[in-house]
Amino acid sequence: MSSKANRTPAGLKLLTNGFIVIWLILAAFPFLWTFWGSFKVELDFFSIADWTSALTGDRTLITYGSAFTGAGYEGAWVQEEFWKAVINTAIVCVCVVCISLTLGTLGGYALSRSAYRYTFWILIIALIFRAMPPITLVSGYMLPFFEWNLWGVLPTTIVVLVAINQPFTLWMLHSFFQKIPKDLDESAKVDGCTQFQAFRYVIIPVMWPGVVTTGLFSFLLAYNDFAVTSMLLAKENQTMIPKIASFLGTTQTEGNVMFAVAAVVSATAPLFVLVMIFQKQIVGGLTAGAVKG
Amino acid sequence: MKHQTFFWFILPTALAMLLFIAMPIVSVVTQSVHTPHDAILEVVENCDPFGCKQETTVNVEATQALRDEKPLGKWVGLQVYLDRGHLAVNEVAIAWKESESIGDFFSELNNLPFYRAMGFTLTYTFTVTPLLIILGFIIAVAVNSLHKHLKGLVIFFSLLPMIVTPLIGSLILFWMVDSRGVVGSALQWLMSDPDLSLKASTTLTWITLIIYGIWHSAPFAFVVFYAGLQTLPTETLESARIDGASRWQQIRYVVIPHLMPLVTFVALIQLMDNFRVFEPVVGFSAEAHATSLSWIIFNDLGGDTQLLSSAATTSVLTIIGISILLSPVLVRTWRDFKEK
Repeated sequence: MSSKANRTPAGLKLLTNGFIVIWLILAAFPFLWTFWGSFKVELDFFSIADWTSALTGDRTLITYGSAFTGAGYEGAWVQEEFWKAVINTAIVCVCVVCISLTLGTLGGYALSRSAYRYTFWILIIALIFRAMPPITLVSGYMLPFFEWNLWGVLPTTIVVLVAINQPFTLWMLHSFFQKIPKDLDESAKVDGCTQFQAFRYVIIPVMWPGVVTTGLFSFLLAYNDFAVTSMLLAKENQTMIPKIASFLGTTQTEGNVMFAVAAVVSATAPLFVLVMIFQKQIVGGLTAGAVKG
Repeated sequence: MKHQTFFWFILPTALAMLLFIAMPIVSVVTQSVHTPHDAILEVVENCDPFGCKQETTVNVEATQALRDEKPLGKWVGLQVYLDRGHLAVNEVAIAWKESESIGDFFSELNNLPFYRAMGFTLTYTFTVTPLLIILGFIIAVAVNSLHKHLKGLVIFFSLLPMIVTPLIGSLILFWMVDSRGVVGSALQWLMSDPDLSLKASTTLTWITLIIYGIWHSAPFAFVVFYAGLQTLPTETLESARIDGASRWQQIRYVVIPHLMPLVTFVALIQLMDNFRVFEPVVGFSAEAHATSLSWIIFNDLGGDTQLLSSAATTSVLTIIGISILLSPVLVRTWRDFKEK
């Protein structure tokens, strides 16, 4: 490929590099801008008088005596008790990832090792379920959950998210397990292991790369969900995303918009770290399904 | 693997999907053919020195008892499907008869909530999907020609729009395109129109949402295509070059055919995902100009009076829409399976 790169004409090179720069600005600038602006007052964030004041923070300087202020964060985390939502999100995400990986590895392993025709139909049904928009399922939950008094609490939401997560987890782990040679557990069985022992002692030690990737996507699904969490959680049990949405309802008074901005930045930060650490796994996971299909 | 072992391995996940995906679908269908009970009315005769009057009042106790006994409501068949909030059969028939041109008919349709949402959902799905594929492809080709050390950095930033929560991503963009935000003010300055607001016009709101959709999903197409480019057969490319193919011809006749299966994959996935567009409508507070099917369900479920049967009906209609979009995927998987 290097010989090709050497022969790239300067004009074309300029064009592609220019394009990359524009794309990078489009992809990254909104986040940097919002992060910077979250330390300002609303009049600077929405720069009515002069857009440069969003950079220099003129009004923030007048109000707080410094060009940066943590007032938005203080308002969101302390006054509006965003920390509760953060804890709820942490509980939901950890539980969803652990439970759905446990169920998913068992199921995915079985699907990859069974040669019968019904495995195909189970995978097809899972694919159909994967296509269902979660919000359509939510309208099915509401009435029974109200009737049985299950509505509004975290465990219900966790179970629902795990279930919605299953089809995807199953597909992904199924394709990972297929890459692990069958001889490995077959020979363990020849040596006298039961199927479960073969799974426990032979497969589990080598499956972690696939499980980590799948776990990442389960985490993202639970973390990013808005439809399920906003409809199934009572106000005091809300996770971050519905909490941010509820900030928006009360944005008319000054300062509240900044609470929402601060909360948005707080909720984006973990995702940044996640992408930074697991970039390779995320790219690998996205392409795993594609290259196969 | 033996049937029995297979059964125990698959049981937990199958149970989860059965209880929380299959059952809710049944529940949605049942709810959509029921409506809440009407209040039970009774006629009471009130007599006072000036004579007797008959009054109609709601019998609260009896109504509550009936509602407790049959929480599902009363059976109405397809009535909810046909009412004004959903398929609106009567209104459509009238509009068809009375409107003078096709355009007139469509603007009549646009006043009906279901068709309005359908119009936006379909427009969004079928503009965003091709555009994000094109953008993703261009980014992939451009990044592929970059120096090795830069690639990782570019991929990191490119992933962000996709990884970030849809609601958060749309809020961030919404604050920027607000007429007081940085992009909004820049546009006002560019157009020299101080009253320009993206929120005020339907067309501009739609364009904003579509741009958001492309921004959000292009990274997915990019990553998939980029992975595909790594497996590009170098010999074919080499021989095309020796035969004197120009750069454009190499892309047109070697690269694109090689990526074609991935293009279908991305297109099918994205058609399904874009059809459920929901968070951006909330994030951009766009409901006055653009509603989607998912948003209608959300709106019916939330609020003070929960319109469960109305939400269920829209859900069933959405599921039907999704199944139509899904059918090519199923056919393809079936074909792959047969080939094996």
